[in-house]
Amino acid sequence: MNQTNTPRFNIHTGNELTWNVKPILHEIRHALFDLLDSGTTSIIDLRSIPLAPGEEATIISALGQGEVHARLDALGRSDIAETMYSGVWLVTHYNEDEAVVGRFIEITELPAILKSQREDMSEALKELTQELETQDT
Amino acid sequence: MKKDLSLNDGTPIEGTPEPGTLGETLRSQGVSRRSFMKFCATTASMMALPPSMIPMIANALENARRPSVIWLSFQECTGCTESLTRAHSPTLESLIFESISLDYHHTLQAASGEAAEAAREAAMEENFGNYLLVVDGSIPLDNPGYSTIAGISNLDMLTESAKGAAAIIAVGTCATYGGIPHANPNPTGAVSVKDIIKDKPIINVPGCPPIPVVITGVLAHYLTFGAIPELDHIGRPKAFYGQSIHDRCYRRPFYDKGQFAETFDDEGAKKGWCLFKLGCKGPTTYNACATTKWNNGASFPIEAGHPCLGCSEPDFWDGGGFYRALSMPTEDLSKTAVYTVAGAAAAGAVIGALNRGKKNNSDKIHIKTTIDDLRK
Repeated sequence: MNQTNTPRFNIHTGNELTWNVKPILHEIRHALFDLLDSGTTSIIDLRSIPLAPGEEATIISALGQGEVHARLDALGRSDIAETMYSGVWLVTHYNEDEAVVGRFIEITELPAILKSQREDMSEALKELTQELETQDT
Repeated sequence: MKKDLSLNDGTPIEGTPEPGTLGETLRSQGVSRRSFMKFCATTASMMALPPSMIPMIANALENARRPSVIWLSFQECTGCTESLTRAHSPTLESLIFESISLDYHHTLQAASGEAAEAAREAAMEENFGNYLLVVDGSIPLDNPGYSTIAGISNLDMLTESAKGAAAIIAVGTCATYGGIPHANPNPTGAVSVKDIIKDKPIINVPGCPPIPVVITGVLAHYLTFGAIPELDHIGRPKAFYGQSIHDRCYRRPFYDKGQFAETFDDEGAKKGWCLFKLGCKGPTTYNACATTKWNNGASFPIEAGHPCLGCSEPDFWDGGGFYRALSMPTEDLSKTAVYTVAGAAAAGAVIGALNRGKKNNSDKIHIKTTIDDLRK
């Protein structure tokens, strides 16, 4: 996978403010193992972890970009992107001012928020029914 | 067998929320289930709950009924209300705010004078035993005339409004511990809500001001669970105030290594080292600043290079100086740098205990903060 001896993750030690990056990547690795082994999904709330300036960006950079990138327009934008590690998703919620209000790493086959929601589908059935009734009259 | 899906088969529509619930309110505003799930995800984060609880939160919030809220402001600077209403995530914050029926808040409401007081009295009567009472500001006991609203003393308004409250949320350090009005020499005889009200559950949400999402997080918790959250020994929700700033600080490893900024412009400060020697009150302060942060998660005082003032702790104003280190051991900390993490935690606890003693002493002898303190 790694063609040279250069470490894939440019994580500095010593006085650099990056203590939380490697433990979180390990946590993701364990969660990915659990997903494959038992189907257990996990969510890591990046806002609940005391990250130093730049650490969140380092984590995101270390995870890279994968094949899927979806955009949701619901109470502001949400970006749902699979990272370069299949099964590891980065979910970022923005408000209508484009400020980040939540950032999660989801270890799952598909983040639940991407699926059509049953309640919305029921509402859609109702609306489509009414629309067809209107056209019939 | 396939279900009949003719247009008028009378099939009930699934997922229709109960009338009068938050779910119905949101649905009537065109909020989709997906939006609601996003709201619940950020609410869980706001309440410091694990993401695994998001489905449970969604179910509880959808079926929650809008509680009546009466908000009283006494001896305060309006910073707590500003903190909440100037939050940088208007949509999600306002959803929480809109999910309550704010029946009285003399800074925000359009009504004034007798009409405003009539609204408070009507809300109290209609929702007796069920409304939430939110209080910011301390209550003066020396002379009722120091602070009145519509000619009613703060003490009378609080005791009258508390009678029918299901619970009281004291917002800000003034309401929770007396705050700046209570600081020596306490000219108005300011006291906190819990000094007066003894027969109601009180949630203390201290801070000068509190982090806005902590205020809405407590409201969200009440909406979600219909009960007050688990509190610590001085009435603060453990979800937000369960850990010290020091324990959650990203600069903590510098403390563990004995690497400290000695002044605000030395090499240590530039390298982002620990601010303990510059008076940081992180080891004795319990709040969510280090993780939730301010301005929509942008930063918090220590990240900006300033020591924590300890504003969510009782008597923080009388702690002996914002720039005076909590307690300096006889030996220079940087020379005793080989702490284990556990050892450092113990050291933090001891220093914390020393500081609490110091706070109590300074409260008695009234040590003033001088210009020299600020220059240190």
